Amino acid sequence: MSTGTTKLDVVVSDVVPVNDLVTRFHFRRRDGELLPTFSGGAHVVVEMRDGDRTRLNPYSLMGSPLDTREYTISVRRDDVGRGGSLFMHRSVKPGLEMVISYPVNLFSLDLRAKKHLMLAGGIGITPFMAQTAQLAGSGGNFELHYTCRTASLGTYADVLQQRYDRRVKLYHDDRDERIDLDRLLSTQPLGTNLYVCGPAGMINWVRDRAAALGWPSETVHFEHFAAPQPGAPFDVALAVSGKTIRVGSQQSLLEAIEAAGVDPPYLCRGGVCGQCETNVISHDGKFIHNDHWLSEEDHRSGCKIMPCVSRFEGKSLVLER
Amino acid sequence: MAAKTIISRPVYGTLSPQPGKHHLFVADAEGALAILDMAGKAPAGFFDGAEIVFIPGSDGKHIAALEALKPAQLHMPPSFASLLPRLKQTLTNAHMGLRLYLCGTEGLIGQAMQVALEAGIDHTSMQTEHRGSLARRMQCVHCKGITENVTTQPALCAHCGLLLLVRDHYSRRLAAFQGVCINAEDRTEIPPMEEAFP
Repeated sequence: MSTGTTKLDVVVSDVVPVNDLVTRFHFRRRDGELLPTFSGGAHVVVEMRDGDRTRLNPYSLMGSPLDTREYTISVRRDDVGRGGSLFMHRSVKPGLEMVISYPVNLFSLDLRAKKHLMLAGGIGITPFMAQTAQLAGSGGNFELHYTCRTASLGTYADVLQQRYDRRVKLYHDDRDERIDLDRLLSTQPLGTNLYVCGPAGMINWVRDRAAALGWPSETVHFEHFAAPQPGAPFDVALAVSGKTIRVGSQQSLLEAIEAAGVDPPYLCRGGVCGQCETNVISHDGKFIHNDHWLSEEDHRSGCKIMPCVSRFEGKSLVLER
Repeated sequence: MAAKTIISRPVYGTLSPQPGKHHLFVADAEGALAILDMAGKAPAGFFDGAEIVFIPGSDGKHIAALEALKPAQLHMPPSFASLLPRLKQTLTNAHMGLRLYLCGTEGLIGQAMQVALEAGIDHTSMQTEHRGSLARRMQCVHCKGITENVTTQPALCAHCGLLLLVRDHYSRRLAAFQGVCINAEDRTEIPPMEEAFP
Protein backbone atom coordinates (compact mmCIF):
# COMPACT_ATOMS: atom_id res chain seq x y z
CA MET A 1 0.00 0.00 0.00
CA SER A 2 1.11 3.52 -0.59
CA THR A 3 1.12 5.03 2.88
CA GLY A 4 -1.46 7.67 3.60
CA THR A 5 -3.05 7.32 0.22
CA THR A 6 -6.05 5.55 -1.08
CA LYS A 7 -6.42 4.62 -4.69
CA LEU A 8 -8.20 6.19 -7.59
CA ASP A 9 -10.21 4.29 -10.17
CA VAL A 10 -9.50 6.00 -13.48
CA VAL A 11 -10.03 5.48 -17.16
CA VAL A 12 -7.48 6.37 -19.81
CA SER A 13 -9.11 9.26 -21.65
CA ASP A 14 -6.39 9.91 -24.20
CA VAL A 15 -3.01 8.61 -25.36
CA VAL A 16 -0.90 11.10 -27.33
CA PRO A 17 2.47 10.32 -28.93
CA VAL A 18 4.76 13.31 -28.23
CA ASN A 19 7.96 12.28 -30.00
CA ASP A 20 10.02 9.16 -30.82
CA LEU A 21 10.43 8.25 -27.16
CA VAL A 22 7.68 9.93 -25.18
CA THR A 23 3.95 9.31 -24.98
CA ARG A 24 1.45 11.27 -22.91
CA PHE A 25 -1.42 9.61 -21.04
CA HIS A 26 -4.56 11.32 -19.78
CA PHE A 27 -6.63 9.90 -16.93
CA ARG A 28 -10.13 10.79 -15.76
CA ARG A 29 -12.07 9.42 -12.84
CA ARG A 30 -14.38 6.58 -13.71
CA ASP A 31 -17.19 8.17 -11.69
CA GLY A 32 -16.83 11.46 -13.59
CA GLU A 33 -15.93 13.47 -10.47
CA LEU A 34 -12.98 15.85 -10.20
CA LEU A 35 -9.64 14.30 -9.27
CA PRO A 36 -8.00 15.25 -5.96
CA THR A 37 -6.11 18.50 -5.94
CA PHE A 38 -2.30 18.36 -6.09
CA SER A 39 0.68 20.68 -6.12
CA GLY A 40 3.40 21.03 -8.74
CA GLY A 41 6.00 18.28 -8.44
CA ALA A 42 3.55 15.59 -7.25
CA HIS A 43 3.62 12.07 -8.66
CA VAL A 44 1.18 9.18 -8.82
CA VAL A 45 2.02 5.49 -8.77
CA VAL A 46 0.38 3.79 -11.76
CA GLU A 47 -0.64 0.14 -11.34
CA MET A 48 -0.13 -1.92 -14.48
CA ARG A 49 -1.76 -5.32 -14.78
CA ASP A 50 0.73 -7.01 -17.06
CA GLY A 51 -0.45 -10.62 -17.27
CA ASP A 52 -0.06 -12.20 -13.83
CA ARG A 53 2.36 -9.49 -12.84
CA THR A 54 1.51 -6.11 -11.29
CA ARG A 55 3.93 -3.32 -12.08
CA LEU A 56 3.91 -0.15 -10.00
CA ASN A 57 5.71 2.81 -11.52
CA PRO A 58 5.74 6.41 -10.25
CA TYR A 59 5.21 9.22 -12.77
CA SER A 60 5.09 12.98 -12.23
CA LEU A 61 1.81 14.74 -12.85
CA MET A 62 2.46 17.25 -15.61
CA GLY A 63 -0.86 18.99 -15.99
CA SER A 64 -1.73 22.25 -14.33
CA PRO A 65 -2.67 21.88 -10.64
CA LEU A 66 -5.39 24.41 -11.45
CA ASP A 67 -7.24 21.83 -13.57
CA THR A 68 -8.19 18.57 -11.86
CA ARG A 69 -10.66 17.27 -14.43
CA GLU A 70 -7.83 15.05 -15.63
CA TYR A 71 -4.32 13.96 -14.70
CA THR A 72 -1.62 13.76 -17.33
CA ILE A 73 1.70 11.92 -17.21
CA SER A 74 4.41 11.52 -19.83
CA VAL A 75 6.24 8.23 -20.14
CA ARG A 76 9.62 7.89 -21.79
CA ARG A 77 10.01 4.49 -23.41
CA ASP A 78 12.97 2.51 -22.07
CA ASP A 79 13.65 -0.44 -24.39
CA VAL A 80 16.17 -2.01 -22.02
CA GLY A 81 14.30 -1.23 -18.79
CA ARG A 82 12.25 -3.62 -16.70
CA GLY A 83 9.18 -3.33 -18.87
CA GLY A 84 6.89 -0.78 -17.19
CA SER A 85 7.35 1.97 -19.77
CA LEU A 86 7.05 -0.56 -22.61
CA PHE A 87 3.78 -1.79 -21.11
CA MET A 88 2.50 1.78 -20.99
CA HIS A 89 3.50 2.41 -24.60
CA ARG A 90 2.22 -0.90 -26.02
CA SER A 91 -0.77 -1.90 -23.97
CA VAL A 92 -2.38 1.24 -22.56
CA LYS A 93 -5.07 2.55 -24.89
CA PRO A 94 -7.92 5.04 -24.47
CA GLY A 95 -10.81 3.46 -22.59
CA LEU A 96 -8.60 1.17 -20.46
CA GLU A 97 -9.59 1.15 -16.78
CA MET A 98 -6.62 1.56 -14.49
CA VAL A 99 -5.85 2.18 -10.82
CA ILE A 100 -3.50 4.94 -9.70
CA SER A 101 -2.48 6.19 -6.27
CA TYR A 102 -3.50 9.53 -4.83
CA PRO A 103 -0.88 12.16 -5.68
CA VAL A 104 2.12 12.41 -3.38
CA ASN A 105 4.56 15.31 -3.53
CA LEU A 106 8.22 14.66 -2.68
CA PHE A 107 9.38 17.52 -4.92
CA SER A 108 7.28 20.47 -3.90
CA LEU A 109 8.03 24.14 -4.41
CA ASP A 110 9.17 26.08 -1.37
CA LEU A 111 6.71 28.92 -1.74
CA ARG A 112 8.67 31.09 0.70
CA ALA A 113 11.38 31.44 -1.95
CA LYS A 114 11.67 34.76 -3.75
CA LYS A 115 12.65 33.05 -6.98
CA HIS A 116 12.56 29.49 -8.32
CA LEU A 117 15.44 28.33 -10.52
CA MET A 118 14.59 25.06 -12.30
CA LEU A 119 16.97 22.73 -14.09
CA ALA A 120 15.56 19.86 -16.15
CA GLY A 121 17.29 17.10 -18.08
CA GLY A 122 15.37 15.02 -20.64
CA ILE A 123 12.16 13.48 -19.31
CA GLY A 124 12.94 15.25 -16.01
CA ILE A 125 10.92 18.09 -17.50
CA THR A 126 7.58 16.58 -16.40
CA PRO A 127 7.35 17.85 -12.79
CA PHE A 128 8.31 21.33 -14.03
CA MET A 129 5.35 21.35 -16.41
CA ALA A 130 3.08 21.38 -13.35
CA GLN A 131 5.32 23.61 -11.23
CA THR A 132 5.61 26.31 -13.89
CA ALA A 133 1.85 26.19 -14.45
CA GLN A 134 1.31 26.59 -10.71
CA LEU A 135 3.74 29.51 -10.42
CA ALA A 136 2.51 31.22 -13.57
CA GLY A 137 -1.01 31.09 -12.13
CA SER A 138 0.09 32.95 -9.00
CA GLY A 139 2.58 35.37 -10.52
CA GLY A 140 5.57 33.46 -9.17
CA ASN A 141 9.10 34.27 -10.24
CA PHE A 142 10.75 31.36 -12.04
CA GLU A 143 13.35 30.55 -14.64
CA LEU A 144 13.65 27.14 -16.34
CA HIS A 145 16.82 25.72 -17.91
CA TYR A 146 16.15 22.59 -19.94
CA THR A 147 18.77 20.32 -21.46
CA CYS A 148 17.79 17.76 -24.11
CA ARG A 149 19.68 15.58 -26.55
CA THR A 150 18.20 17.04 -29.74
CA ALA A 151 15.49 19.54 -30.58
CA SER A 152 13.16 16.71 -31.65
CA LEU A 153 13.62 15.02 -28.25
CA GLY A 154 13.04 18.27 -26.38
CA THR A 155 9.76 17.06 -24.96
CA TYR A 156 7.35 20.00 -24.54
CA ALA A 157 10.15 22.53 -25.21
CA ASP A 158 7.94 24.20 -27.80
CA VAL A 159 4.96 24.34 -25.41
CA LEU A 160 7.08 25.81 -22.64
CA GLN A 161 8.66 28.45 -24.85
CA GLN A 162 5.29 29.45 -26.17
CA ARG A 163 3.89 29.73 -22.65
CA TYR A 164 6.80 31.35 -20.89
CA ASP A 165 9.01 32.80 -23.63
CA ARG A 166 12.33 34.00 -22.25
CA ARG A 167 11.81 32.44 -18.85
CA VAL A 168 12.71 29.14 -20.58
CA LYS A 169 16.25 28.51 -21.81
CA LEU A 170 17.00 25.41 -23.93
CA TYR A 171 20.29 23.56 -24.31
CA HIS A 172 20.76 20.92 -27.04
CA ASP A 173 23.48 18.29 -26.60
CA ASP A 174 23.85 17.79 -30.35
CA ARG A 175 24.63 21.49 -30.78
CA ASP A 176 27.12 21.25 -27.92
CA GLU A 177 25.17 23.74 -25.82
CA ARG A 178 25.98 23.50 -22.13
CA ILE A 179 24.61 25.20 -19.06
CA ASP A 180 27.21 27.59 -17.64
CA LEU A 181 26.27 26.26 -14.23
CA ASP A 182 28.73 28.11 -12.01
CA ARG A 183 27.80 31.42 -13.57
CA LEU A 184 24.09 30.64 -13.37
CA LEU A 185 24.32 29.66 -9.71
CA SER A 186 26.53 32.60 -8.74
CA THR A 187 24.26 35.26 -10.19
CA GLN A 188 20.98 34.29 -8.53
CA PRO A 189 19.48 36.77 -6.08
CA LEU A 190 19.40 35.90 -2.40
CA GLY A 191 16.25 33.93 -1.59
CA THR A 192 16.38 31.76 -4.72
CA ASN A 193 15.54 28.05 -4.43
CA LEU A 194 16.96 25.52 -6.87
CA TYR A 195 15.08 22.52 -8.29
CA VAL A 196 16.67 19.82 -10.41
CA CYS A 197 15.13 16.76 -12.05
CA GLY A 198 16.90 14.59 -14.60
CA PRO A 199 19.49 11.84 -14.87
CA ALA A 200 21.47 10.95 -11.72
CA GLY A 201 24.67 12.41 -13.19
CA MET A 202 23.04 15.77 -13.77
CA ILE A 203 21.52 15.86 -10.29
CA ASN A 204 24.87 15.03 -8.67
CA TRP A 205 26.65 17.66 -10.75
CA VAL A 206 24.15 20.38 -9.86
CA ARG A 207 24.02 19.48 -6.16
CA ASP A 208 27.82 19.38 -5.91
CA ARG A 209 28.32 22.74 -7.62
CA ALA A 210 25.53 24.37 -5.63
CA ALA A 211 27.02 23.15 -2.35
CA ALA A 212 30.52 24.28 -3.34
CA LEU A 213 29.22 27.71 -4.30
CA GLY A 214 27.56 28.22 -0.94
CA TRP A 215 23.94 27.28 -1.59
CA PRO A 216 22.52 25.96 1.70
CA SER A 217 21.23 22.40 1.27
CA GLU A 218 17.74 23.58 2.35
CA THR A 219 17.52 25.62 -0.87
CA VAL A 220 18.40 22.76 -3.24
CA HIS A 221 15.60 20.33 -4.18
CA PHE A 222 15.96 17.35 -6.46
CA GLU A 223 14.01 14.41 -7.77
CA HIS A 224 15.30 11.33 -9.51
CA PHE A 225 13.09 8.43 -10.47
CA ALA A 226 15.49 5.52 -10.12
CA ALA A 227 14.29 2.17 -11.36
CA PRO A 228 15.38 -0.70 -9.12
CA GLN A 229 18.66 -2.20 -10.32
CA PRO A 230 18.58 -5.85 -11.42
CA GLY A 231 20.95 -8.36 -9.81
CA ALA A 232 21.43 -11.96 -8.75
CA PRO A 233 18.34 -13.62 -7.20
CA PHE A 234 18.38 -13.99 -3.42
CA ASP A 235 16.24 -15.47 -0.63
CA VAL A 236 14.75 -13.50 2.23
CA ALA A 237 12.94 -14.61 5.38
CA LEU A 238 10.20 -12.26 6.62
CA ALA A 239 10.10 -12.64 10.40
CA VAL A 240 6.77 -10.96 11.20
CA SER A 241 4.73 -12.58 8.45
CA GLY A 242 6.64 -15.88 8.69
CA LYS A 243 7.29 -16.19 4.99
CA THR A 244 10.37 -17.02 3.00
CA ILE A 245 10.53 -15.47 -0.44
CA ARG A 246 12.83 -15.40 -3.44
CA VAL A 247 13.69 -12.06 -5.10
CA GLY A 248 14.10 -12.54 -8.83
CA SER A 249 16.90 -10.89 -10.77
CA GLN A 250 14.60 -8.36 -12.45
CA GLN A 251 12.39 -7.94 -9.39
CA SER A 252 12.92 -5.52 -6.51
CA LEU A 253 12.82 -6.72 -2.92
CA LEU A 254 9.74 -4.55 -2.39
CA GLU A 255 8.01 -6.16 -5.37
CA ALA A 256 8.86 -9.65 -4.09
CA ILE A 257 7.46 -8.79 -0.63
CA GLU A 258 4.27 -7.49 -2.25
CA ALA A 259 4.00 -10.58 -4.48
CA ALA A 260 4.10 -12.72 -1.32
CA GLY A 261 0.96 -10.98 -0.11
CA VAL A 262 2.61 -8.68 2.45
CA ASP A 263 1.53 -5.04 2.13
CA PRO A 264 4.46 -2.82 3.12
CA PRO A 265 4.29 0.99 3.04
CA TYR A 266 5.85 2.87 0.12
CA LEU A 267 5.62 6.24 -1.58
CA CYS A 268 8.32 6.82 -4.18
CA ARG A 269 9.59 3.33 -5.06
CA GLY A 270 12.87 5.05 -5.92
CA GLY A 271 14.93 5.01 -2.72
CA VAL A 272 14.40 8.60 -1.62
CA CYS A 273 11.28 8.98 0.51
CA GLY A 274 12.01 6.60 3.39
CA GLN A 275 8.56 5.05 3.66
CA CYS A 276 9.56 1.44 3.01
CA GLU A 277 12.54 1.49 5.42
CA THR A 278 12.78 -1.97 6.98
CA ASN A 279 14.74 -3.32 9.93
CA VAL A 280 17.18 -6.15 9.30
CA ILE A 281 16.97 -8.83 11.98
CA SER A 282 19.97 -10.85 10.85
CA HIS A 283 22.12 -11.27 7.79
CA ASP A 284 25.09 -13.18 6.49
CA GLY A 285 26.26 -11.50 3.33
CA LYS A 286 26.57 -8.14 1.68
CA PHE A 287 23.99 -5.40 1.08
CA ILE A 288 23.85 -3.52 -2.21
CA HIS A 289 22.30 -0.28 -1.01
CA ASN A 290 21.09 1.80 -3.93
CA ASP A 291 19.02 4.27 -1.91
CA HIS A 292 19.50 7.97 -1.14
CA TRP A 293 17.58 7.77 2.12
CA LEU A 294 19.70 5.95 4.70
CA SER A 295 22.85 7.56 6.04
CA GLU A 296 26.24 6.03 5.30
CA GLU A 297 26.29 4.98 8.92
CA ASP A 298 22.95 3.15 8.46
CA HIS A 299 24.38 1.45 5.38
CA ARG A 300 27.44 0.27 7.25
CA SER A 301 25.46 -0.87 10.29
CA GLY A 302 23.62 -3.55 8.33
CA CYS A 303 20.52 -2.87 10.45
CA LYS A 304 18.32 -1.24 7.81
CA ILE A 305 17.42 -1.66 4.16
CA MET A 306 15.23 0.16 1.63
CA PRO A 307 13.52 -2.72 -0.19
CA CYS A 308 12.35 -0.58 -3.12
CA VAL A 309 15.82 -0.29 -4.66
CA SER A 310 18.34 -2.23 -2.54
CA ARG A 311 19.51 -5.81 -2.97
CA PHE A 312 21.50 -8.45 -1.08
CA GLU A 313 24.17 -11.02 -1.92
CA GLY A 314 24.96 -13.77 0.54
CA LYS A 315 23.81 -16.74 2.55
CA SER A 316 20.87 -15.50 4.58
CA LEU A 317 18.78 -12.39 5.23
CA VAL A 318 15.96 -11.99 7.76
CA LEU A 319 13.83 -8.84 7.67
CA GLU A 320 11.25 -7.50 10.11
CA ARG A 321 8.25 -7.61 7.78
CA MET B 1 23.99 28.67 25.97
CA ALA B 2 20.27 28.91 26.57
CA ALA B 3 18.44 25.63 27.14
CA LYS B 4 15.42 24.75 25.03
CA THR B 5 12.18 24.84 26.97
CA ILE B 6 9.27 25.42 24.63
CA ILE B 7 9.30 24.88 20.92
CA SER B 8 9.57 28.50 19.78
CA ARG B 9 12.49 29.19 22.07
CA PRO B 10 15.51 29.58 19.73
CA VAL B 11 18.46 27.27 20.12
CA TYR B 12 21.83 28.30 18.81
CA GLY B 13 24.75 26.34 17.47
CA THR B 14 28.46 26.78 17.10
CA LEU B 15 29.77 28.70 14.10
CA SER B 16 31.48 26.57 11.51
CA PRO B 17 32.97 27.69 8.20
CA GLN B 18 30.55 26.99 5.34
CA PRO B 19 31.45 26.52 1.69
CA GLY B 20 30.66 29.62 -0.32
CA LYS B 21 32.12 32.70 -1.91
CA HIS B 22 31.01 35.44 0.45
CA HIS B 23 30.71 35.34 4.21
CA LEU B 24 28.88 37.95 6.23
CA PHE B 25 29.34 38.05 9.99
CA VAL B 26 27.15 40.13 12.26
CA ALA B 27 28.34 40.17 15.87
CA ASP B 28 28.23 42.15 19.05
CA ALA B 29 30.54 42.26 22.09
CA GLU B 30 31.44 38.69 23.14
CA GLY B 31 30.20 37.44 19.74
CA ALA B 32 33.68 38.34 18.49
CA LEU B 33 34.99 35.34 20.44
CA ALA B 34 32.75 33.02 18.40
CA ILE B 35 34.28 34.40 15.20
CA LEU B 36 37.80 34.07 16.58
CA ASP B 37 37.16 30.46 17.67
CA MET B 38 35.74 29.64 14.25
CA ALA B 39 38.70 31.27 12.52
CA GLY B 40 40.88 28.48 13.92
CA LYS B 41 38.86 25.94 11.91
CA ALA B 42 38.53 28.01 8.73
CA PRO B 43 40.49 27.14 5.59
CA ALA B 44 43.29 29.46 4.46
CA GLY B 45 41.98 32.54 2.67
CA PHE B 46 38.51 32.18 4.20
CA PHE B 47 38.40 35.79 5.44
CA ASP B 48 39.47 37.16 2.03
CA GLY B 49 35.78 36.93 1.09
CA ALA B 50 34.40 37.87 4.49
CA GLU B 51 32.73 41.00 5.79
CA ILE B 52 32.50 41.43 9.55
CA VAL B 53 29.99 43.83 11.05
CA PHE B 54 30.86 44.20 14.73
CA ILE B 55 29.17 46.25 17.42
CA PRO B 56 31.85 46.47 20.13
CA GLY B 57 30.93 46.49 23.80
CA SER B 58 31.56 49.61 25.87
CA ASP B 59 35.04 48.31 26.73
CA GLY B 60 36.00 48.14 23.03
CA LYS B 61 37.50 44.68 23.48
CA HIS B 62 38.24 42.23 20.62
CA ILE B 63 38.61 44.89 17.90
CA ALA B 64 42.31 44.26 17.38
CA ALA B 65 41.78 40.49 17.26
CA LEU B 66 39.13 40.84 14.55
CA GLU B 67 41.38 43.19 12.58
CA ALA B 68 44.10 40.54 12.74
CA LEU B 69 41.85 38.15 10.80
CA LYS B 70 42.25 40.54 7.85
CA PRO B 71 38.66 40.29 6.62
CA ALA B 72 37.82 41.94 3.28
CA GLN B 73 35.77 44.45 5.29
CA LEU B 74 35.43 45.25 8.98
CA HIS B 75 32.66 47.65 9.83
CA MET B 76 31.99 48.82 13.39
CA PRO B 77 28.69 50.62 13.84
CA PRO B 78 27.84 51.99 17.30
CA SER B 79 24.46 50.24 17.57
CA PHE B 80 22.19 47.75 15.85
CA ALA B 81 19.88 50.54 14.72
CA SER B 82 22.76 52.25 12.99
CA LEU B 83 23.90 49.13 11.13
CA LEU B 84 20.40 48.31 9.87
CA PRO B 85 20.35 50.34 6.62
CA ARG B 86 23.72 49.00 5.57
CA LEU B 87 22.77 45.40 6.43
CA LYS B 88 19.57 45.68 4.41
CA GLN B 89 21.49 47.12 1.48
CA THR B 90 24.09 44.34 1.58
CA LEU B 91 21.42 41.63 1.65
CA THR B 92 19.35 43.26 -1.10
CA ASN B 93 22.32 43.24 -3.46
CA ALA B 94 23.59 39.81 -2.42
CA HIS B 95 23.50 36.64 -4.51
CA MET B 96 23.05 33.03 -3.56
CA GLY B 97 26.38 31.87 -2.20
CA LEU B 98 26.47 34.49 0.55
CA ARG B 99 26.63 32.76 3.94
CA LEU B 100 25.43 34.48 7.06
CA TYR B 101 26.92 34.06 10.54
CA LEU B 102 25.22 35.68 13.54
CA CYS B 103 26.87 35.68 16.93
CA GLY B 104 26.61 37.44 20.25
CA THR B 105 23.53 38.35 22.26
CA GLU B 106 20.08 36.98 21.50
CA GLY B 107 18.80 40.45 20.68
CA LEU B 108 21.47 40.90 18.02
CA ILE B 109 21.02 37.42 16.56
CA GLY B 110 17.24 37.72 16.50
CA GLN B 111 17.12 41.16 14.90
CA ALA B 112 19.74 40.39 12.27
CA MET B 113 17.88 37.14 11.52
CA GLN B 114 14.67 39.11 11.12
CA VAL B 115 16.28 41.25 8.39
CA ALA B 116 17.84 38.21 6.72
CA LEU B 117 14.53 36.35 6.69
CA GLU B 118 12.96 39.26 4.85
CA ALA B 119 15.84 39.13 2.37
CA GLY B 120 15.01 35.48 1.67
CA ILE B 121 17.47 33.48 3.77
CA ASP B 122 15.81 30.62 5.62
CA HIS B 123 16.59 30.65 9.34
CA THR B 124 17.85 27.06 9.13
CA SER B 125 20.48 28.21 6.62
CA MET B 126 22.07 30.71 8.99
CA GLN B 127 24.93 29.94 11.35
CA THR B 128 24.27 31.22 14.87
CA GLU B 129 26.15 31.16 18.15
CA HIS B 130 25.09 32.74 21.40
CA ARG B 131 27.79 34.50 23.41
CA GLY B 132 27.71 36.98 26.23
CA SER B 133 24.71 38.34 28.04
CA LEU B 134 21.42 36.41 28.29
CA ALA B 135 19.49 39.71 28.17
CA ARG B 136 16.25 39.42 26.21
CA ARG B 137 14.38 41.60 23.79
CA MET B 138 10.79 41.48 25.01
CA GLN B 139 7.46 42.43 23.52
CA CYS B 140 4.66 43.39 25.91
CA VAL B 141 1.69 41.40 24.60
CA HIS B 142 -0.66 44.08 25.98
CA CYS B 143 0.71 47.33 24.54
CA LYS B 144 2.99 45.70 21.90
CA GLY B 145 5.90 47.87 23.01
CA ILE B 146 9.37 46.34 22.75
CA THR B 147 11.73 46.59 25.72
CA GLU B 148 15.40 45.90 25.03
CA ASN B 149 17.93 44.21 27.30
CA VAL B 150 15.53 42.68 29.80
CA THR B 151 17.50 40.87 32.47
CA THR B 152 14.93 40.39 35.24
CA GLN B 153 11.99 38.11 35.89
CA PRO B 154 9.37 39.57 36.10
CA ALA B 155 10.23 42.67 34.08
CA LEU B 156 8.69 46.09 33.76
CA CYS B 157 7.31 47.11 30.35
CA ALA B 158 9.16 50.30 29.41
CA HIS B 159 6.08 51.50 27.54
CA CYS B 160 2.93 50.81 29.60
CA GLY B 161 4.51 49.99 32.94
CA LEU B 162 2.81 46.62 33.44
CA LEU B 163 4.73 44.00 35.38
CA LEU B 164 5.39 41.18 32.89
CA LEU B 165 6.28 37.50 33.13
CA VAL B 166 9.00 37.03 30.49
CA ARG B 167 8.00 33.86 28.69
CA ASP B 168 10.16 31.54 26.57
CA HIS B 169 7.56 32.02 23.86
CA TYR B 170 9.55 33.66 21.07
CA SER B 171 8.46 35.40 17.88
CA ARG B 172 10.90 35.12 15.00
CA ARG B 173 8.90 37.74 13.11
CA LEU B 174 9.34 40.28 15.90
CA ALA B 175 12.69 38.92 17.14
CA ALA B 176 11.32 39.16 20.66
CA PHE B 177 10.19 37.12 23.64
CA GLN B 178 6.65 37.61 24.84
CA GLY B 179 5.95 39.32 28.15
CA VAL B 180 2.57 38.69 29.80
CA CYS B 181 1.14 40.60 32.78
CA ILE B 182 2.05 38.63 35.90
CA ASN B 183 -0.50 40.20 38.30
CA ALA B 184 -3.51 40.91 36.16
CA GLU B 185 -5.95 39.63 38.84
CA ASP B 186 -4.53 41.69 41.66
CA ARG B 187 -2.21 44.55 40.77
CA THR B 188 -1.11 44.96 44.35
CA GLU B 189 0.51 41.55 44.26
CA ILE B 190 4.16 42.20 43.43
CA PRO B 191 6.31 39.06 43.17
CA PRO B 192 10.01 39.49 43.93
CA MET B 193 12.07 40.60 40.92
CA GLU B 194 15.06 38.38 40.21
CA GLU B 195 18.04 38.74 37.90
CA ALA B 196 17.10 35.88 35.55
CA PHE B 197 18.91 36.81 32.30
CA PRO B 198 22.30 38.25 33.32
